[in-house]
Amino acid sequence: MSGLSNGRCNGLSNGLSSGLANLMRQLLTLAALFGVSAAVLAAGADLGQAQKQATNWTAISMFAAFVVGTLFITKWAAARTKSAADFYTAGGGITGFQNGLAIAGDYMSAASFLGISAAVMVGGFDGLIYSIGFLVGWPVVTFLLAERLRNLGKFTFADVAAFRFEQTPVRVFAASGTLVVVAFYLIAQMVGAGQLIKLLFGLEYWIAVVIVGALMMVYVLFGGMTATTWVQIIKACLLLAGATFMAFMVLWNFGFSPEAMFAKAVEVKTGIATAAGKTAEEAGKQGFSIMGPGGFIKDPISAISFGMALMFGTAGLPHILMRFFTVPNAKEARKSVFWATTWIGYFYVLTFIIGFGAISFVLTNPQFLDAKGGLLGGGNMAAVHLANAVGGNVFLGFISAVAFATILAVVAGLTLSGASAVSHDLYATVVKKGRADSAAELKVSRVTTMVLGLVAVVLGIVFEKQNIAFMVSLAFAIAASANFPVLLMSVLWKDCTTRGAVIGGFLGLISSVLLTVVSPAVWEVTLGNAKGSALFPYQSPALFSMTIGFVGIWLFSILDNSRRAGLDRAGFLAQQVRSETGIGAAGASGH
Amino acid sequence: MAIDLTSRILQDPKYQELKAKRSSFGWWLALSMMIVYYGFILLVAFNKPFLATRLGEGVTTIGMPLGLGVIVFTIVITGIYVRRANSEFDALTEQIAKGALK
Repeated sequence: MSGLSNGRCNGLSNGLSSGLANLMRQLLTLAALFGVSAAVLAAGADLGQAQKQATNWTAISMFAAFVVGTLFITKWAAARTKSAADFYTAGGGITGFQNGLAIAGDYMSAASFLGISAAVMVGGFDGLIYSIGFLVGWPVVTFLLAERLRNLGKFTFADVAAFRFEQTPVRVFAASGTLVVVAFYLIAQMVGAGQLIKLLFGLEYWIAVVIVGALMMVYVLFGGMTATTWVQIIKACLLLAGATFMAFMVLWNFGFSPEAMFAKAVEVKTGIATAAGKTAEEAGKQGFSIMGPGGFIKDPISAISFGMALMFGTAGLPHILMRFFTVPNAKEARKSVFWATTWIGYFYVLTFIIGFGAISFVLTNPQFLDAKGGLLGGGNMAAVHLANAVGGNVFLGFISAVAFATILAVVAGLTLSGASAVSHDLYATVVKKGRADSAAELKVSRVTTMVLGLVAVVLGIVFEKQNIAFMVSLAFAIAASANFPVLLMSVLWKDCTTRGAVIGGFLGLISSVLLTVVSPAVWEVTLGNAKGSALFPYQSPALFSMTIGFVGIWLFSILDNSRRAGLDRAGFLAQQVRSETGIGAAGASGH
Repeated sequence: MAIDLTSRILQDPKYQELKAKRSSFGWWLALSMMIVYYGFILLVAFNKPFLATRLGEGVTTIGMPLGLGVIVFTIVITGIYVRRANSEFDALTEQIAKGALK
């Protein structure tokens, strides 16, 4: 199966044509996987060593068990998903602890599990800097937004942002912000899915992406938020358990001494540098470089900008914000962020240990390396190979199945938030002026879910070669520059007006997207322009685009003397009373 | 929400107390989180050698406990807020609601 080794395609047409050309071989491979003949698989699979086949079986059966289990949950959830409220927020009946796990599940995406552990394996301390950035947004969400969101909103964050403003423009903005963030985040997830399954199941990239798209659509279409939440909770527990075991095994191998673990990693890295022809002194320096900050953060501006994207992006991710509406009240909303922060923080400590474990146990084992010394299956496979190294084939199957399940669950949550932006914000509020009935709104969300599923599959194939953890940080920059400023200013600043929020929000959105496009990661790597030709030199646009967003909101609000502006400002006190006390807030719809 | 309900709550001194207490507590905690995080990022940006200083004889650097410390700090500070909000602030909110809805 040549598609395995050189199946990385440059573009959509390329991907599809090579995919179609290989279809027959794929079908044969599938037949082999399902027990017709191992010989068919062996006939040219460069990954297909004997023990890989055994691994495939374990992974496939575990993943199949997960799928069957979650489909039962979806069936159960489908029976309870009758109204739009059930579809968007599971009727508001999720507890704080459950919601905390689900939020953690949304956040502990495959991109962060595979991407951060791989970043730690490559850069050591740099990977830690990266993961810390993802965590520090949570207290900000807790202190400034969580309970206010719960007290003001119903289904989407646009309910909060548009609370006292003219509905149509603010909703159009919020839906745009949601869809752009969801699109970038989806790309990262789909790319992760394709890479993972390519390695584990022996399927070609595009087939893997299609499987994810199809299963996710089933969860969301039939089970709505109830199914999505429970799939997320189950996967979060499995992922935490699996990662805990891996970290435990790594530490156990070093007698629970972090120093011993670090020392071995430095030794391995030094050895690799020596083998690459470095002098002893250079190699020693390079080996030790994993213990301190290295090239990940290149200059102070990039450092601050990137930190802001991660910190404030968390407070602007639509699929996370949506989860605050699934709990009955502000107290549960607070509890859910506390649990989410705890689990996510614990998870990042685990990925850090896993990354260092991968240096010692994966980079030293030729079984996991290709001819050039790179990881089999691509750079993001560090955690997957480590699972094999510390837990054998059965555990490798387990972790692979969990990683795949993770992608499915996160993609489902993202799609749900994209669908609710279209059906609740655009269709029900903008098109139908708030007079849509629940059944019609549900129908629109389901159609949108299908469209988004198709878009996700196509984008997943187009963006195959991007580093998946980096794609997520792009989504964060946009969330921090568009959604977060509008949300924060509308809730906290009395003089904010419709015009200010919409113009400022769009300025933040457009500037973050444009600066991202002309940054090196997209302009040079993805679009293939000459190195050094990118107009925007920094890693993240957030420092600039957030400033543009906030200044835009401020400027266009204070310049706004329209009649509408008067209404917007007059509505602030009532909004504030409700956001502070929750009196009059939408409660659980109950079952 | 009815206008008179809003104005009744606005006149409740307990509402003003809740708003003042929670908002100053929230901003102080948010500020300390930002100082800790951006302090760490500025160290990364301007003083890489400091973070790469060895703690003792071994290879463990000062950056490792600092980095893990930021993670622990994040969890603890969230816990502190949620604890106070779920007891003190919620009790105040309940009294306000009782006063306003009677």
